[in-house]
Amino acid sequence: MEGLPHQIVAGIATGGIYASVALALVMIYQATHHVNFAQGEMATFSTFIALSLIQAGFPYWIAFVLTVVISFALGVAIERLLMRPVQNAPVLTHVGVFIGLLLIVGNATGWVFGYTTKVFPSPFESEGLLFGGLVSGHELGSTVVTLAVLLLVYLFFRHTPLGLAMRAAAYNPVSSRLVGIRVGWMLALGWGLAAAVGAVAGMMVAPVVFLDPTMMLGILLYAFAGALLGGIDNPMGAVIGGFAVGVLENLAGAYVVGTELKLTVALAIIIGVLVVKPSGLFGRVVLSRV
Amino acid sequence: MSATEDVPATPVLVQEAARPALPAWQLGAILALGAAVALVPMFALESFQLFQLTMAVIMALAVLGLNVVTGYNGQISLGHGAFYAVGAYCTAVLMSHGDWSFWATLPVSAAVCAGLGFLVGFPALRLGGLYLALTTFSLAVAVPQILKHKAIEDWTGGVQGLFLVKPDPPSWLPLNADQWMYLVALIVSAALFFLAWNLIRSRIGRALMAIRDNPTAAEAMGMDIASLKTRAFAVSAMITGVAGSLGAVAIEFVAPDSFTFAVSISLFVGMVVGGVASILGSIFGGLFVLFVPNLAEEISKAAPGVIYGAILIGFLFVLPDGFAGLLRRLAARWRR
Repeated sequence: MEGLPHQIVAGIATGGIYASVALALVMIYQATHHVNFAQGEMATFSTFIALSLIQAGFPYWIAFVLTVVISFALGVAIERLLMRPVQNAPVLTHVGVFIGLLLIVGNATGWVFGYTTKVFPSPFESEGLLFGGLVSGHELGSTVVTLAVLLLVYLFFRHTPLGLAMRAAAYNPVSSRLVGIRVGWMLALGWGLAAAVGAVAGMMVAPVVFLDPTMMLGILLYAFAGALLGGIDNPMGAVIGGFAVGVLENLAGAYVVGTELKLTVALAIIIGVLVVKPSGLFGRVVLSRV
Repeated sequence: MSATEDVPATPVLVQEAARPALPAWQLGAILALGAAVALVPMFALESFQLFQLTMAVIMALAVLGLNVVTGYNGQISLGHGAFYAVGAYCTAVLMSHGDWSFWATLPVSAAVCAGLGFLVGFPALRLGGLYLALTTFSLAVAVPQILKHKAIEDWTGGVQGLFLVKPDPPSWLPLNADQWMYLVALIVSAALFFLAWNLIRSRIGRALMAIRDNPTAAEAMGMDIASLKTRAFAVSAMITGVAGSLGAVAIEFVAPDSFTFAVSISLFVGMVVGGVASILGSIFGGLFVLFVPNLAEEISKAAPGVIYGAILIGFLFVLPDGFAGLLRRLAARWRR
């Protein structure tokens, strides 16, 4: 249980969560060139919606699907209401709107659902450990769910006309508009997808860390670190980065710094990546046009 | 792919430079009036209200620090709470372990924060403003954890924090400790506001704004962007750090949990609402940071953060140049 293999496997399981949030971040970054600081708070809010649905008597997987749909709608609504009016404003305005969103969503979560820490059910039986004590049922299940989400997102972007249109809108909005893609709606769709992916991540992590309104702050930090490590403009890289950060964090927590400095590990990774290889492991080097 | 980032934002005209200098008597009158307005509360207010006003002055100073780097230089920092915390801890550790006087700790905390600011500004230098926002965001989130850490517990007091005492008023002044604290905060802040004002109106200040508005052109004109940006960050961290020192003695207590991410957020909100790239705006920002959370709590007990966030977004939509910008426009209309 305490051995190195278990630490690595547990790291991969948490890494899957970071990978999902990192993927959500990268999706918004690709669509809009912004980093959504409110991503964690939005995911927490979605997770609370899922808990309310489960408590209202819905079976877990129905609640799961409903939550993903609701989160998608909320993401689209936020883009339409808050981001669209300032889309041509300077970066500072966008960061400001994200911070405002973080305050509003974070506080509304506590207001609507209460500030007490809640237990969130896991759909995966976690009686004992599988594979000779290497991994718990939830760790295995959440990793599988994460990988499934990542695969779906990949297939969507690579092999559907809508996915192609979204990539085109992000890559070159002007030309996309000329060939008839509704760029504004593609951005809104990107926000919706990111919110849905974030919601899945929230539901997968909540059984591990317990559900409370500030649950995602640390996770968001690790997701940032993962996204940067993999390259913030590369979804696949973000996923690999997320897994890597999960393993790194677990190993560092177990053998090097202890649990009190876990967030500092994320900070160290972020600064380390920015100093040594700012484009990340798999990112493209960006040249600015003069 | 970064074509959208390269297009400079609508250039902000440097209005300070265009405006003719005021005649000496007008400037003197404004300064005297300002001093009088600032000094009256010292005798007119109850001690708790005076303490609040002291904190507002200190917050204004902290917002000024943020404004130097984010407002004037365009480098977005979401982690100035970290510098505020480091400044506060410098003063607290030196005063409680080294028995230093408060005044002696100020240069130390200024130097430490400037160094730290330089170090933080450095890695994100080569990258867009967003990455700096990210780095500083994570710094702000990590700071309480670092302050709590066992390795430095003997110095920082760990979770319990440290207690200090306000500086004593000199015996020849008929003031109590609260009034003296207000005066100290006022004098230190006024000095730093004056320095920042001079910096912004100088050659370096114009260079900072040029870098913000069009880095490529600025570099082509021979400005050393890397050096100017990191130095701006150092100066900014120093100002906010000194505010932290003042805050520590005014509250007479420091603990890791008073320096959470929320501090950085408040400073950012204060800057946006007060007025980005405005010295005067920093003062409004300080007042906002201190008094509006209470006000928001009165409007809605349950969710003050919702109101706070809504105010922030409202300002960004309706008054992107903040309260100072509103005043500036009103003044321009009146002058015409």
